[in-house]
Amino acid sequence: MFLINCPYCGERDQSEFTAGGEAHIVRPKQPTELSDDQWAEFLFMRKNIKGVQLERWNHSHGCRKWFNMVRDTSNDRIHAVYKMGQKPPIE
Amino acid sequence: MTKNLRITNNKFIDQTSRISFKFDGKILYGFKGDTLASALLANNIHLVGRSFKYHRPRGIMACGSEEPNAIVQVGKDASMTEPNTRATEIELYEGLEASSQNCWPSVNFDVGAINNFFSPIIPAAFYYKTFMWPANFWKLYEYFIRKSAGLGKSPTKPDKDIYDHRYLHCDVLVVGGGISGIMAAKTAAKNNLNTVLIDDKNILGGTTIFQQNECFKINNSYSNDWLKKEIDTLNSFKNLTIKTRTSLAAYHSYNYLLAKENLTDHLDLNEKKDKIRQRLWKIRAKKVIISTGAIERPLIFNNNDRPGIILSSSIKKYIDFYGVKCGQKISLFTNNDSAYETAISLNSSGVSVNSVVDIRDKTNSLIVKQAEKLGIKIHWKSTIVNTNGYKKINAIEIMKLSDDGTAVVGKKINEKCDCLGISGGWTPRVHLFTQSGGKLKFRDKDNVFVPDKSELDQISIGSCNGDFELDEVIKNTVNLINKFLKVNNSAYENLEIISSKEIDKKNIWLLPSDKPLGKTKPFLDFQNDSTAIDVKLALREGFKSIEHVKRYTTTGMATDQGKLSNMHALGIIAETAGVKMGELGTTTFRPPYTPLTFGAIVGRNVGEFFDITRKTPMHDWHVENKAEFENVGQWKRAWYYPIENENMYEAVQRESKAARDSAGILDASTLGKIDIQGTDASEFLNRVYTNAWSKLEIGKCRYGLMLNEDGMVYDDGVTTRLSENHYLMTTTTGGAANVLSKLEDYLQTEWPELDVYLTSVTDHYGTISICGPNSKKIISKVIPDLDLSDKEFPHMSYKNALIDNIKCRIMRISFTGEHSYEINIQSSYAKSVWEKCFEAGKDFNITPYGTETMHLLRAEKGFIIAGQDTDGTMTPVDLQMDWIISKKKYDFIGKRSLYRSDTIREDRKQLVGLLTDDPKEILEEGAQIVAETNKQPVEMLGHVTSSYFSPNLNKSIALAVIKNGKKLKGQKMFVPMKNKTINVTITDTVFLDKENKRLNA
Repeated sequence: MFLINCPYCGERDQSEFTAGGEAHIVRPKQPTELSDDQWAEFLFMRKNIKGVQLERWNHSHGCRKWFNMVRDTSNDRIHAVYKMGQKPPIE
Repeated sequence: MTKNLRITNNKFIDQTSRISFKFDGKILYGFKGDTLASALLANNIHLVGRSFKYHRPRGIMACGSEEPNAIVQVGKDASMTEPNTRATEIELYEGLEASSQNCWPSVNFDVGAINNFFSPIIPAAFYYKTFMWPANFWKLYEYFIRKSAGLGKSPTKPDKDIYDHRYLHCDVLVVGGGISGIMAAKTAAKNNLNTVLIDDKNILGGTTIFQQNECFKINNSYSNDWLKKEIDTLNSFKNLTIKTRTSLAAYHSYNYLLAKENLTDHLDLNEKKDKIRQRLWKIRAKKVIISTGAIERPLIFNNNDRPGIILSSSIKKYIDFYGVKCGQKISLFTNNDSAYETAISLNSSGVSVNSVVDIRDKTNSLIVKQAEKLGIKIHWKSTIVNTNGYKKINAIEIMKLSDDGTAVVGKKINEKCDCLGISGGWTPRVHLFTQSGGKLKFRDKDNVFVPDKSELDQISIGSCNGDFELDEVIKNTVNLINKFLKVNNSAYENLEIISSKEIDKKNIWLLPSDKPLGKTKPFLDFQNDSTAIDVKLALREGFKSIEHVKRYTTTGMATDQGKLSNMHALGIIAETAGVKMGELGTTTFRPPYTPLTFGAIVGRNVGEFFDITRKTPMHDWHVENKAEFENVGQWKRAWYYPIENENMYEAVQRESKAARDSAGILDASTLGKIDIQGTDASEFLNRVYTNAWSKLEIGKCRYGLMLNEDGMVYDDGVTTRLSENHYLMTTTTGGAANVLSKLEDYLQTEWPELDVYLTSVTDHYGTISICGPNSKKIISKVIPDLDLSDKEFPHMSYKNALIDNIKCRIMRISFTGEHSYEINIQSSYAKSVWEKCFEAGKDFNITPYGTETMHLLRAEKGFIIAGQDTDGTMTPVDLQMDWIISKKKYDFIGKRSLYRSDTIREDRKQLVGLLTDDPKEILEEGAQIVAETNKQPVEMLGHVTSSYFSPNLNKSIALAVIKNGKKLKGQKMFVPMKNKTINVTITDTVFLDKENKRLNA
């Protein structure tokens, strides 16, 4: 059970949060101009890395805000959390 | 009580308070402070159960949570009885009733014991191998196997006990109150850290608290006396919480731990009443110190499972702590020094020790010398090749070991005994450490896995960290704690310690016998009855991974999770396969460390607190009017209102007819309501719905369809424009929360530039829907000054109004196809307005109807229910709702997906209407549809999604999804059922009032 440092509320139990998959997948601004393959890339393709991954999380039973997290999926260590729209604090 | 099995000078057991209890129906006596196990031993009862597979007699083997054999059923009450409890962990109380498990008719005479004679033909995975064929006989086999294999009986009635959950936050959690745990807790508390110390026993001090031996002294005191003084000082710390009878069940990431505290299990029956039985602590600790100690290993030799064969350290605890002699003539069998501690304890309590059988050649450590000085006989370089006695050990057979330890030589010595203590060395309790994700390393010198790396802020100290000798425990504990807590505590640094040191080590995982291996019974897993032979067989059959061997032989898979002899299984596998133990690894230890009761897991969330129940403001009216209820998500919705003896079908037919003939009233409060405000509200709706919203006039309503990004229908509902920048969206009942989350997601992450605010107002308003040709008259009675003319208040528009001076919003929208109104009013007034409407409608036979009638009425009109007629694979085009997809809008959620190669396929499953050739025949929802009847296998073209008998059309109607359905209108199809085939015709989805005349009737 993680202890997640919500950028708006501070440390809270994982049970207050919902995971939202891979972060930084931007919805295309001109979907109509994309080929089926390009659209499918946005729609379906996710990385699922073993190691450090950028993820979306929602403080669904708290402030309801979405934010991003840098998490190592191999040991569940959370390296950082940062607000939506911000750049990841690592390379 | 057999008096001569008790010694009198004992600090821990109150020998003045006698307690009576029952075991297998027999009344026995023990003392306050006893466990069931110690009390049974004091009564000279060793045989307490039968083994799982062979039904061999089994006795108490240990003294704690590692006990594999003494598994009993406690209590007789159908609601309170508890199976699979360890006699070694049950504190004795007045009125305790316990019984043996896995035996019939009794533990002394067990029919299943016949399995023991067949054991040569019941090898590892016997059941898998034998009951494979014929495959369809498994059902029959399973019945008998389960019947004969049962371990205990589960209660048949609800648990009457109260359980509880609580959260606990601390700076330091110390798990285990042995000597190192006490030192750690005191150091932490002294340094002003908010500290919690938990221990599963009723008394702190671990094994040191009864260690009174010349070979183990601290500052010239016996180690038990020194520790007792330390424990006494703990009370002075206000920042230290001590919880005894509390066992740690699970250690999760980020130092989140679960512990179960027993609050009343040790109390007398009459004291237990109305008290919380167990509490589950949910602990979040900044730092965790694990000091859980070590478990003594058994030795693996022929017939090592007889009642009376007990771990040597447990014999020591029974004599030193409980004052109970496990026997009168005790032999010991060891590969290390610790059995000598037992020998000395027994000797000083006046129990005669026959001899110590030691597999080592000879050793001269302090403690061995002391034992020799006391005249205890030692058989060096020897092993036990067999034990005798069926229900209780009565003799051992000793032989000399060959030089390489793989065989026995010389003459056999028979030694009579009534108890055998065995000691195979120690296994650190690393279970919690590995549960938390910690990695272990193997230490070759004494064959133990010790904690290595961890990601968490935690540390293991004492024997669970591989320190087995008193001076090392103290020295390393002090160093590790100071470093871990970043403190400087000198209180323990200059202690003068006397500790016997083990000089010689020798280990043989599987001890040889004079008989060939196949003729012996060297048990590894006592609870699951797997032997060294089974493990070797698994290896021969090609199982290499330790995880596979474990599952194939079930070694370590019983309720004790192989606490005693997993290491031997690993050792034998490594040896046989010729790999190093460090490379082989261990099986995974999973929570709970010791079994938890369901009660503790569930806590207070039972009965009405099991799940949230949401009720509408009019709920009480529905109850008063005899509604049957349906669960929709967490909501209780009125399903139908039977009159007299009506069944559901009859009630729904009557309600449906009344709603179309005159007037019906429905509680629609559960529909999700989202208040949308902001200057970009219209643009936002344009993006989330498939149709266009910018031009919707203020005061008008519009139906919207919401897709997922993959183009599939997600939700639908009517949204009303209340003012320029203010909308009220309705969603399906079940979809409300998810829709809000999804919209928030887009707003926060994709379109943060939009000025839009979303608020859930589902619970703020009650919604009363009145439909039917007389609905207008009823509304005009309730709100006389509201102009209800079609010109002023047309279909799909809304008005503000006052009912008894209470503001409400009236929407003229319809889910039934009838002229209808929805009144949205603050929840607190909703019931009174509902009653007012009902009163006003009495002249028109206003009929309350529930969800079932609502579904029927909308099906007559071919309106979909998202989630019933759609299943996440239906596009609006599949639903024949092309009209709702805006061609003008550049983008909306899911638009691009509507022309992916797959979504534009013409032969997708599409929504159609179905009429049965026999109008009285009602299709079953979910029934499959085929085009041919005499072909096998036949292609399933689709299925029925909604089906009703329409009283208004006097025929059966159905909606269905069928492959290429749009083009098949008019075609005959078949719905094959169990004993007949129903002929159907594909039709349009709208069955009633295709011209929508009734909307304005």
